[in-house]
Amino acid sequence: MTIRTKLLASVIALGALTVTAQAETLRLGTEGAYPPFNYVTPEGKVAGFDIDIGLELCKRIGAECEVVAQDWDGIIPGLLAKKYDFIIASMFITAERKEQVAFTAPYYMAAMTHVVPQDSEITEFTNETMKDKVVGAQAGTTQADYAVAMYPDADVRLYPTQDEASLDMASGRLDVMVGDMLPLLDFVEKTEDGKCCKIAGAPITDPAFVGEGVGIALRKEDDDLRTRLNAALEEIRADGTYQAINDKYFSIDIYTMK
Amino acid sequence: MVDLFSYGPLGWGDEILAGLWVTMRLALVTLPVGLLLGFAVAALSLSRSPIFRAMGAGYTTLMRGLPEILTLFIVYNGLGLVLNQLMTLIAPAAGPVEFPPFAAGVIALALVFGAFAAEVLRGAFQAVPEGQIMAGRAIGMGPRKIFWRIKLPLLWRYALPGLGNLWLNLLKDTALVSVIALDDLMRATKVAVGVTKQPFTFYLVACLIYWLMCLGSELVLARLERRANRGLRRA
Amino acid sequence: MAFLDSLTANLPKLLDGAVTTLELTGLGALIAAVVAPGLALMRAGGPKAAQLALRVYISFTRGTPLLAQLFLVFYGSGQFRAELTSLGLWGFFRDPFNCAVLVFAINSCAYQTEILRGGIQAVAPGEIEAARAIGMSRAQVLRRVTFPHAYRIAWPALGNEIILLMKASALASIVTVFDLMGRTRQIFSRSFEFSVYFQAAVLYLLITICFVFLWRLAERRLSRHMAAPGRS
Repeated sequence: MTIRTKLLASVIALGALTVTAQAETLRLGTEGAYPPFNYVTPEGKVAGFDIDIGLELCKRIGAECEVVAQDWDGIIPGLLAKKYDFIIASMFITAERKEQVAFTAPYYMAAMTHVVPQDSEITEFTNETMKDKVVGAQAGTTQADYAVAMYPDADVRLYPTQDEASLDMASGRLDVMVGDMLPLLDFVEKTEDGKCCKIAGAPITDPAFVGEGVGIALRKEDDDLRTRLNAALEEIRADGTYQAINDKYFSIDIYTMK
Repeated sequence: MVDLFSYGPLGWGDEILAGLWVTMRLALVTLPVGLLLGFAVAALSLSRSPIFRAMGAGYTTLMRGLPEILTLFIVYNGLGLVLNQLMTLIAPAAGPVEFPPFAAGVIALALVFGAFAAEVLRGAFQAVPEGQIMAGRAIGMGPRKIFWRIKLPLLWRYALPGLGNLWLNLLKDTALVSVIALDDLMRATKVAVGVTKQPFTFYLVACLIYWLMCLGSELVLARLERRANRGLRRA
Repeated sequence: MAFLDSLTANLPKLLDGAVTTLELTGLGALIAAVVAPGLALMRAGGPKAAQLALRVYISFTRGTPLLAQLFLVFYGSGQFRAELTSLGLWGFFRDPFNCAVLVFAINSCAYQTEILRGGIQAVAPGEIEAARAIGMSRAQVLRRVTFPHAYRIAWPALGNEIILLMKASALASIVTVFDLMGRTRQIFSRSFEFSVYFQAAVLYLLITICFVFLWRLAERRLSRHMAAPGRS
């Protein structure tokens, strides 16, 4: 969906708040600032791994899906307010989020990592080594929780999007960035800006922060949709569709992380 | 650099123009809603009942004391939830209520605009000279005629400069909706920055576009004021 | 009761944010207040070129959203990191708090200049002629006649401007500063506890009310010579 068609949709919806009947049209909520998982192309379309998987799952459960972009810190409230029917936006399954929403089985495994400038000599990441260092992360994410909890003596900065955190990493405002392994790998290896920086230290796999992997979030009452999405996920794993999408973006199988 | 702003799949010119269109529509839709609200609140503040007056004063104090962005978050995140909870209570079968960001933006901006406009309108109403109304009565005009022929034209003249300022503020405040995922000019710029990594270039262009809009508005406002003040003797 | 419980839980963080909000506003307004009188004089009767430059500056600042100005300085400065480093300025721009204060000061300075210019131009010419007639120098006239009058006239408008700046400082939260709004968003993004927005609203209103009270006190002091005898 282009920016413009979305505008059109909001014009139509304005004035009278329209009441939509639940047909087989579903709305897929995502963020759109998290390459390569979800991002906006110069044509104004939301694309990425999350979107490809999400639309494929829609096809399998026989639903017509439209993509709705939503800022990260409003993404769960947006789901609860029924702005869309499920979230596929690289969201970690955590206990805290489970109090608000339900999750499907994980559709990929994830770990977090630290990124530092090329000339940085930090290899150990503890509260002592991070003392007075500027640590950046995206607000409202498990990475942010991790940075705040683990480095109380650091100067933690939280950004609305990962893109903005990366931009500030490249401009040298941050000494350390904490983020998801895969997008940050993509950032340092594939982008011009990412040349500034490198991955450092061991991956963070602490289940207290990383949770059980990355899942699709739904409203708790939509149990039926959850079952259907889980079945569809198993189906695309089994028939190789998942692998094909995976290989478009990554050199490793991110479902198992091996 | 020209390529960056070209109108096509690779440049950002079309996205930014689309964003500009949202910004303008947002401001133009908010204006009448906010003005109506402003009239209503001004009427409350001018009412004879102390309860109504307190309501009017409370509303303007509250809305003018809160950061616009806080109002926006409360409307966007809060109203959607409340609406849906209400709907499940009233009509559980009806399904979810759509609460698009555009509507949230219009409501939040109109709430703020209305509070400031109410103050401007109240001041203008009070500035209408008693003598003019008496003169109207003396030549046999009824209260309704006095309102349409005397009070309203004078109100327009007195309120126009203040309302003009509010319009400029409104144009600029629309930029805030970019933080609630509405693809306005500001957000289109942000998306372009995310991809091109040229923040200075793009934000400067966005600033210039807003500036042009404001300069254009000022020209129109100056003409409107001249028209509203025609027939006025110069001191 | 639930509201009170959550308020006590959130209060330390919110108050910490409120202090940052006050610092942002206070510093921004103060820097602007130091620069604005000079600019206002120039705007009211300086050389043509300076007047034109000031008009462009004021028109641009007032004609663009503060959010856009903030992004321009904060993220835009990153684009010129090498140049800024060689000038020794990067250390300043590296800190989002500094960027926010700079933008707020530039912004508020434009508004304060216009307000003060209005005040200066409203000083009755007779007062200035009288001061000159008794032999005051130009500087003395400014210090003893023009500015005291101009400030008294401009005082309420300056107060409004500072309140507007305080509210606008909430935008600093978007460039990672943990002011009151930043803390509020942080708490909301973890707990989705909606009442935190209302708690923040109460704090913002309290700040405004305290400020209005103090500003009126100062205003009474500024115009004490106008009060009827025996009443001040």
